[in-house]
Amino acid sequence: MYILKLILRNAFRHKLRTLLTILGIAIAVLAFGIMRTVVTSWYSGVESSQANRMITVHRVSFIFELPLAYRDRITKIPGVKKVSFANWFQGIYIDKNQFFARLAVDPETIWDVSPEFVVTDSVKEALKKQRNACVIGAKLVRDYNLHVGDLMSIEGDIYPGKWQMQIVGVYQGKDQTVDETQMLFNWHYLDEELKQNEPGRDGHVGWYVLQIDNPNDRARVSAAVDDLFANSSAETKTQTEKEFQQSFVSMSGAILTAINAVAFVIIGIILLVLSNTMAMTARERIGEYAVMRTLGFSAKNISQLVAGESLLISLVGGLIGLGVTYPLCAAIQKIVPTGWFPVFNVETVTVVLAFGSAIAAGVVAAAFPISRAVRTKIVDGLRHIA
Amino acid sequence: MAIVSIRKLSKSYWRDSLEIPVLRDISFEIAEGDFLGLMGPSGSGKTTLLNLIAGIDKPTAGTIDVAGTEITTMGESPLAAWRARHIGFVFQFYNLLPVLTARENVELPLLLSKLPKKERKEHVEFALKVVGLADRMHHYPKQLSGGQEQRVAIARAIVTDPTLLVADEPTGDLDKSSAEEILKLLERLNSEFKKTIVMVTHDPRAAERAHSVRHLDKGELS
Repeated sequence: MYILKLILRNAFRHKLRTLLTILGIAIAVLAFGIMRTVVTSWYSGVESSQANRMITVHRVSFIFELPLAYRDRITKIPGVKKVSFANWFQGIYIDKNQFFARLAVDPETIWDVSPEFVVTDSVKEALKKQRNACVIGAKLVRDYNLHVGDLMSIEGDIYPGKWQMQIVGVYQGKDQTVDETQMLFNWHYLDEELKQNEPGRDGHVGWYVLQIDNPNDRARVSAAVDDLFANSSAETKTQTEKEFQQSFVSMSGAILTAINAVAFVIIGIILLVLSNTMAMTARERIGEYAVMRTLGFSAKNISQLVAGESLLISLVGGLIGLGVTYPLCAAIQKIVPTGWFPVFNVETVTVVLAFGSAIAAGVVAAAFPISRAVRTKIVDGLRHIA
Repeated sequence: MAIVSIRKLSKSYWRDSLEIPVLRDISFEIAEGDFLGLMGPSGSGKTTLLNLIAGIDKPTAGTIDVAGTEITTMGESPLAAWRARHIGFVFQFYNLLPVLTARENVELPLLLSKLPKKERKEHVEFALKVVGLADRMHHYPKQLSGGQEQRVAIARAIVTDPTLLVADEPTGDLDKSSAEEILKLLERLNSEFKKTIVMVTHDPRAAERAHSVRHLDKGELS
């Protein structure tokens, strides 16, 4: 207890310097936490991918569609348990700044292949029965103050026209990694409208979602699907959901790498800030350490004092930084338009990395002052006082 | 009976490749219960000799035996433990830790012992009572006068009941009346508590209080 008291009093001997150091560490930990959260949220789609889900898209590009007729042929491939499909609808809701995924989905199979979306049976039935029905994520309900029964008017762009969907239910994510900012509406509504207004565009889907029996079969299933449509007018590319999601993330790869790099540079800044403080401290107290060693304190005792002080400062700075990271991330999620970061949670690994870095900086920053305090001869240390 | 035996002690410092001898082939003994004054001009090696006796510096040659222990061959850790048990050090500039109260400063060396908290408290209060500062135990060094600070430093030096009390110019930074108080206190520790004291000073009035005085000049004892 006594040593802890001494560490505490030493740490706050120069209050302003210590507080500024703590503030520096806190800001660095905060910046690190936010940057890592941005990166991890970007990868959230990849991380939440299911091992038994595969995606089949047009071989040339995701933007080209595939015939609906492929569904039955894919279903017959051994190892394929369920096939669903969807179209990227996009459109404008309220204004162009309101970005969130708006998808036309197969109401018969969507819930089977996407068990992470939790809805009641009555909602599933309503989506099937009502042509302009849509189900929206719980976060959209909160952000736009929507209710079941409300109409959502969307100005089509990929599929021109005025579209009106009625909310028949709300889905919840199975856990907090699930994107709750999607609007899923009945695919048949889209298809029938296209049949009437743009004949020829109907009967096509954006991609197929394959649920397979055994994740170890994915290479075989992928080859089987793509071989089936080889040399056709719409060749396919079948990949795991993770690979599919990864292909989107990789488009922003350079930015993410840069953010990641800056996040780790921040750890270096923590180290420099703390090292500077501890180096000053050691220089100022070299005489005091010599006095303590004269009294019989060992090199180990002195090392504990210096390391304790360094760790105390880094610990307090780290805790404050992390303490602010959570509310700030929540605020960021509120401020940025819905859909930019569908999942923006501070992950455990981010907390461990940020806090671990602060503690590691505390240990490393103490190394030089400890070495100096211990290696300086007592008589030389005493001369610092005289 | 000698409590300190010094044999053929030499100490040199090196500046680049130049050897600067500070102490040359010194041999002498300090009797138990003695109050020895070490005098000499600046640079004569007084403080170096005191540091060697206290085990905070190593000689170039020779041996130092304190209370039956040859200390020149001891490693750093055992030597630190030995100092905690046997040496009470009084510095010219008091060297109290500014973040600790008088009581906490005096308690500091006792943290290295296995005494329970209650006994530590009793020892500290007794030491502060001996130096006449029981009523200032909760004051920080900056709230004390120079003389009071030095008395706290003396309390810190005696709280472990050391074999040897070494004082390096204990009155060097004090006014005349404070210096007088400190010298009286040292005399009392020697006469009443039978402490063996080695005091470095270049103040003849301080040296007068010692039972015996040795002079150092250019590293040689006379």
